[in-house]
Amino acid sequence: MSILIYADSNNGTLTKNAFEAANYASQLAQKSGDKAIAVVTGNVSGLDQLGKYGISKVLHVANSELNNFDPQKIAQVIAEASKNENASVIVFAHDYSGKSVAPFLAAKLDAGLVSGAISLPNTDNGFTVKKSVFSGKAFAEVEVLTPTKIISVLPNSIAKVENNVTPEIVDFAVSLPSTNLKVKEIKKESSELSLTEADIVVSAGRGLKGPENWGMIEELAHEMGAATACSRPVADIGWRPHHEHVGQTGLAIRPNLYIAVGISGAIQHLAGVNGSKVIVVINTDPEAPFFKAADYGIVGDAFEVVPKLIDAYKKFKASQN
Amino acid sequence: MKILVCVSKAPDTTSKISFTDGNTKFDENGVQFIINPFDEWYALVRGLEIKEANGGNVTVLNVGGAENDPIIRKALAIGADDAVRIDTKTDDALYVAKQIAGYAKQNSFDMILFGKETIDYNGSQVAGMVAELMNLSYVSLASKLDMNGNNATIEREVEGGVEVVETSTPFILSAAKGMAEARIPNMRGIMAARTKPLAVLPAFDATASTKIKSFILPQAKSTCKYVDAANVEELVSLLHNEAKAI
Repeated sequence: MSILIYADSNNGTLTKNAFEAANYASQLAQKSGDKAIAVVTGNVSGLDQLGKYGISKVLHVANSELNNFDPQKIAQVIAEASKNENASVIVFAHDYSGKSVAPFLAAKLDAGLVSGAISLPNTDNGFTVKKSVFSGKAFAEVEVLTPTKIISVLPNSIAKVENNVTPEIVDFAVSLPSTNLKVKEIKKESSELSLTEADIVVSAGRGLKGPENWGMIEELAHEMGAATACSRPVADIGWRPHHEHVGQTGLAIRPNLYIAVGISGAIQHLAGVNGSKVIVVINTDPEAPFFKAADYGIVGDAFEVVPKLIDAYKKFKASQN
Repeated sequence: MKILVCVSKAPDTTSKISFTDGNTKFDENGVQFIINPFDEWYALVRGLEIKEANGGNVTVLNVGGAENDPIIRKALAIGADDAVRIDTKTDDALYVAKQIAGYAKQNSFDMILFGKETIDYNGSQVAGMVAELMNLSYVSLASKLDMNGNNATIEREVEGGVEVVETSTPFILSAAKGMAEARIPNMRGIMAARTKPLAVLPAFDATASTKIKSFILPQAKSTCKYVDAANVEELVSLLHNEAKAI
């Protein structure tokens, strides 16, 4: 038996989430005494890095037809790999790719899928995985009833265990189905840090009073190596682009540190960010509900606090060098 | 264009989340149910816009019991032409996908539209499963859909950008923000919805692949530690030394 992962790539490089999936699978493999094997599709380099998180074998389908993302083809590849390697569990990251491919594969293999898992499986009595439900307002223990199990794991939910292995890299050939999907172009959103992969996120809301005041938010984010986000009202009135909207009907994120400036903390916003490890809230209103969900709070005017925070952070960074 | 829009029932976004029966069931007491926002705001409305531009028919499909009829009527009031409810329980995504695929295979649709996920179980599963069961192309997390005859140009969210893909009917899509603007049903729509057809069909044979054993509410955060606005250095020091977040 083996534990299989899909290690996703972007522009020929493995994504951060590929390592999240690898980390999850190898911890599971260690528990069950199985091998953790990664499937990589398209022309991707740096495959041996997967060994850092315990992957002992990489099946590489270097078919350039797979350079463009098509969930139907990738599902076919993983189904073949799963058969060859006698996989008992298949792991994805619960990200843009995993959300597309994992359901396809689940239907193909008639396997139960737990999406958005936040814990390793409990195998004491059956096979149960904890996942986030109600947009982060609760958790559910989901039992998988089928022989093959599929899990998509929420990024940043399982502690990383480094485990240096030199993986065996094997060329793997699969005949791909012809599909009716063509990628025409990929429009990159400049080079900003991806919001769902960022360790630190600086977010702001209506308290900033206007889009012209975002300069200090961007500066703080830049200093901290953080991504920027915003609340829904701010995206809806066009102060910030929609792809920055975090919350129940926007993106759900789980950074190590979430700094919310001028956001009151409506329940729908909290739903998108309450998986964050540490939450800092800066708001003029001491009654803002967000303080109840915060680890650290500053009651004060964003226009005074944020510039001070930028200075304080710069000083801290200088002291670290 | 024959368009199928799949809608789920979900608790309103402001609902208090609690559980009964030893934390095994969602407590529906006092909860207002709505059409899952991603299904309504994006999939349904874009389906209606495409029908208005190209002619055709929009059918809404729901899997669930009679208690779902009010949200199906709302979808009809927003503008869908007719509705189908497959009368069964909805505990498992693959089971639901088999219901939808069973129905859709018997009725040739040009496109089947879903919301990107439900706001209760956040599975993001059913659309992709239906695509596999019907052997159709699938574009997930789509923020834009333009039709030109039978050809579709679709934008979908990917890590750090947007991917533009082309496909042709029939296809399956899950809709995310940006796809359309929410519509509020008017009085005429609400009146018309009462007499639009709502067919109730028996379930297709399938078994569940997963089962929810129990629910857990998150533990409340320990109280917030306040830092004086005049002493922002202290926050940086706490984030470094105590929280180890920087």
